[in-house]
Amino acid sequence: MEMGFTTAVYVVAAILFILSLGGLSGQESAKRAVWYGIVGMALAVTATLFGPGFGLWGLSLVLIAAGGLIGYQLASKVEMTQMPELVAGMHALVGLAAVFVGFNTHFELVNVAAMDESARKSLEGFAALLAKKTAVEINILRVETSLGIWIGAVTFTGSVIAYGKLAGKVNSAATKLPGGHVLNATAALVSLASLIWYLNSGALLPMMILTLMALFIGYHLIMGIGGADMPVVVSMLNSYSGWAAAAIGFSLGNDLLIVVGALVGSSGAILSYIMCKAMNRSFVSVILGGFGGTAGPQMAVEGEQVAIEADGVATALNEADSVIIIPGYGMAVAQAQQSVSELVRKLRAKGKNVRFAIHPVAGRLPGHMNVLLAEAKVPYDIVMEMDEINDDFPDTDVAIVIGSNDIVNPAAQDDPNSPIAGMPVLECWKAKQVFVSKRGQGTGYSGIENPLFFKENTRMFYGDAKASLDKLLPMIE
Amino acid sequence: MDFISILSIFVMACFVGYYVVWSVTPALHTPLMAVTNAISSIIILGAVLQVGSTSFLVTVLAAIAVFFAGINIFGGFLVTRRMLAMFQKS
Repeated sequence: MEMGFTTAVYVVAAILFILSLGGLSGQESAKRAVWYGIVGMALAVTATLFGPGFGLWGLSLVLIAAGGLIGYQLASKVEMTQMPELVAGMHALVGLAAVFVGFNTHFELVNVAAMDESARKSLEGFAALLAKKTAVEINILRVETSLGIWIGAVTFTGSVIAYGKLAGKVNSAATKLPGGHVLNATAALVSLASLIWYLNSGALLPMMILTLMALFIGYHLIMGIGGADMPVVVSMLNSYSGWAAAAIGFSLGNDLLIVVGALVGSSGAILSYIMCKAMNRSFVSVILGGFGGTAGPQMAVEGEQVAIEADGVATALNEADSVIIIPGYGMAVAQAQQSVSELVRKLRAKGKNVRFAIHPVAGRLPGHMNVLLAEAKVPYDIVMEMDEINDDFPDTDVAIVIGSNDIVNPAAQDDPNSPIAGMPVLECWKAKQVFVSKRGQGTGYSGIENPLFFKENTRMFYGDAKASLDKLLPMIE
Repeated sequence: MDFISILSIFVMACFVGYYVVWSVTPALHTPLMAVTNAISSIIILGAVLQVGSTSFLVTVLAAIAVFFAGINIFGGFLVTRRMLAMFQKS
């Protein structure tokens, strides 16, 4: 096949990838959209395998099939609650692949440089492309390759740690080595020095140092970020895996890699931005770890937490016309999605207006709650975003908070000294009555006291979320 | 291709990505991450071209990269499809 044909296929594939992301603008078009992506990928891989300058397509096919089998197994078995781990693990693979491809570019460059004139002429494929480069182009190539390796390596160790924290295999608390960010800054400076060294020498050693530094930064950066900030971390690593692919695309002169890398990179960056905004924190403060400092003492919380039993909740629900449920990660931990869904079905069967309010950072991944509710067969048209539903609380009879805490904390609005001051929250306390399903007294993930629990119209429905709901279900008539 | 034309492709693609991703409904942000994960395995193209190298070391590294990207392609697309199939209207 001709080079022109491969290029044409790459253009079609790029358009299909854009359509597959664009199709996610609605639930119905999304089901078709994923096929655009699959077809685009199949076209791109086939065109490359049988394109110019390619030899061992048999081996590649076997490897893709073997990897595909493992991927298939992973994807069909994974629980929806484990989705954050899966996504983090897959980022690690892309990062590592970028590192390998980058190192290969370096090795090929060394090989080609060692050849004499006649040997260079007989080269094919990628090596032939390298042989034609001028000294300036080779320097540009070295920068692109180093960048690809560096971002890939950060993505790799960062994603491995993120995976460990999400899967509970690494302590999710923020831990830093003595020296903290000075270590990261030093590693970054050493990387830069190695890059300059590499540009001047073209040797393997500076490239190795650069890689080790990047591996360290990825590890140390994510170790220093607490579990509650994982949605931002995973989005950020999503973005990095894209930028790594783009940088490798630059070094290989492959425009499809560049286009896809840029798409994925900006997608992850936008998700990180949305997550940060939903926590009213700057991206830098999340990455540097820990909550922002507070200006003064937090407001003292007045009042008492009043508990309620299942029958009390049932009475209120039976009388209510409109109900809003606010799920948080605690619902997933208690595996209470099915019971919640059953409760909603019963209430809706009686003609009540029941809806869900989803905060952007509820869960451990952007949009995680929506997937968990969809899995429990909650129809998506009653699952609302924060901005769509926040004004409706004053007209709502009952708000039920299940396993969430900081995202319904009124201190974010009332107390300028609160660590979460200014964070947008779901104003559930404006409902006529609020029930909070919570395992026990005490503060949530961030350790911030929640005045919602002490409000006059709030009742605490203590106990494991699933057990409490299962007790409540038969009392709904 | 020269550096400038390749750079302009990159900048254009960033803009397209920016506008397309903002149009994605927040309810589908997890499938978005899974599908971007799958398509970022496009890095397999680079690896596939290097499998044909004359250097044994390069072939081995490229083969591992192809294998990893293969996991991602199938895993990513399949899990996206699984998730999207769950979204039902009432």
